[in-house]
Amino acid sequence: MISFSQVCKRYPGGGEALKNVTFAIEPGEMVFVTGHSGAGKSTVLKLMAGIEPPSSGSVIVNGQNVGALRPRAIPFLRRHFGLIFQDHKLLFDRTVSDNVMLPLAINGYERKEAARRVRAALDKVGLLGKERANPITLSGGEQQRLCIARAIVHRPAILLADEPTGNLDSAYAGDIGELFKSFNQVGVTVVIATHDESLAARLTPRTIALSHGELAA
Amino acid sequence: MKTWLSQHRYTVAEALAKLAGARAASLLNVAVIGIALSLPLGLYVAIVNVQDFSGRLNSGPQLSVFLARDAGKEDIARIENHLRQHAAVRKFTFVARNEALRDLSASTGLADVVDSLAHNPLPDAFVIDATDGSPQTLEALRDELRRWPKIAHVQLDSDWARRLEAAIRLGKLAVLMLAALLSFALVAITFNTIRLQILTRREEIEVAKLIGATNPFIRRPFLYSGALQGLAGGGAAWVITAACVELFNRGLADLARLYAAEFHVRHLGLADSLSLLAFSALLGWLGAWLSVSRHLWQIDAR
Repeated sequence: MISFSQVCKRYPGGGEALKNVTFAIEPGEMVFVTGHSGAGKSTVLKLMAGIEPPSSGSVIVNGQNVGALRPRAIPFLRRHFGLIFQDHKLLFDRTVSDNVMLPLAINGYERKEAARRVRAALDKVGLLGKERANPITLSGGEQQRLCIARAIVHRPAILLADEPTGNLDSAYAGDIGELFKSFNQVGVTVVIATHDESLAARLTPRTIALSHGELAA
Repeated sequence: MKTWLSQHRYTVAEALAKLAGARAASLLNVAVIGIALSLPLGLYVAIVNVQDFSGRLNSGPQLSVFLARDAGKEDIARIENHLRQHAAVRKFTFVARNEALRDLSASTGLADVVDSLAHNPLPDAFVIDATDGSPQTLEALRDELRRWPKIAHVQLDSDWARRLEAAIRLGKLAVLMLAALLSFALVAITFNTIRLQILTRREEIEVAKLIGATNPFIRRPFLYSGALQGLAGGGAAWVITAACVELFNRGLADLARLYAAEFHVRHLGLADSLSLLAFSALLGWLGAWLSVSRHLWQIDAR
């Protein structure tokens, strides 16, 4: 489903974020990308979603070479993914349900169907009672769950999460781990970049460990 | 196709809601556009009316020949005879001075003035249609008739019509230039409004790009919003001009009553009104398009 072969990533003016990284992720897998901060975890996710191009090597997603895609094709690649951002990237000028609506509007869902899916996604993350609230009134854990609802509402085949439990206490982190596990159980490929060891211990995923931009043995 | 249509409908509704939401700002923009457009529009309405008015008057190539006050019956008969034999004259009518005075009092509404006259100031006259309407023929004929005895004055009636026509052409040119300049202003106003909209919605654009929005999807609401603003501005210009025409007509009604005549200024017809709206919407769309193309690539998802 996703394969990296000999991928390097250099940022202009910076060092090498990734050096000669090769791995493959099969459909339906749950994979953790781990490592200390600055090891290149986020870069791996950005390369997968075509947010950054690789400096060399190839990133293949669903048989498409991400680095070679024309800019016009990138949006359609991204629709395969559900993205969960470290900083949530929620829109505070609209309600909770309108935030979740955004991917459906982009994918061109019919309004009624979209509204039904929004409710289903919010129900899944336990925010059904807060549809009309403004995201700014939600707690950190709730904002994270809202971000997850937005990522899953269009039923993507791959879920990418960057530090999903970064700022949460362990009880919340456990809930969120369970959520990811349930998505994985229905066949979604889940890739999580994290340094949260308790989360890894709970979910026992396959782990890709990075150290200074290289695969750690 | 159906989802595409519903997406567009949704976007229009959203753009309308945004326009209505930022009421004060959008009202100001619409007013500025309306005022800018109403300048050339008003001038255009004026010219169309003048043209209309001149078209109702007879502007065919005719010569009016006024006889001397002391011309008698035999002089008139002699001139008639000459005219009948003249090769360049197609047809002519004789207008006796009494008849002319009656016409004047009946048609121009100067009845009161005419009644107060002690004697008829008008001369006898011939109105002549030439065989062909070219200026050379007419001028040659005019110069020839002038030399005939007992003819006081020969007037080429098409002169003033041609002068008016030239003036109208000049006016139309002025309308075009004004319209071009102020259309540019409309585009610039829309460009700036949309730029501000893009800046305030920067986060939304970034997130939308990250979760798979295509550029046309992102552009669409801005294009609609620009077109709607242009459309509303065109509507405002129409209303402003309509109000001016209405006010002008009230003043004109008094003046016309004083002359015991009837004329009034007409506002734009349906076709002209629709083209005004379409044109202003198109300009708004263009301004938005320029703005979006200029600013959207600066917001790159990272």
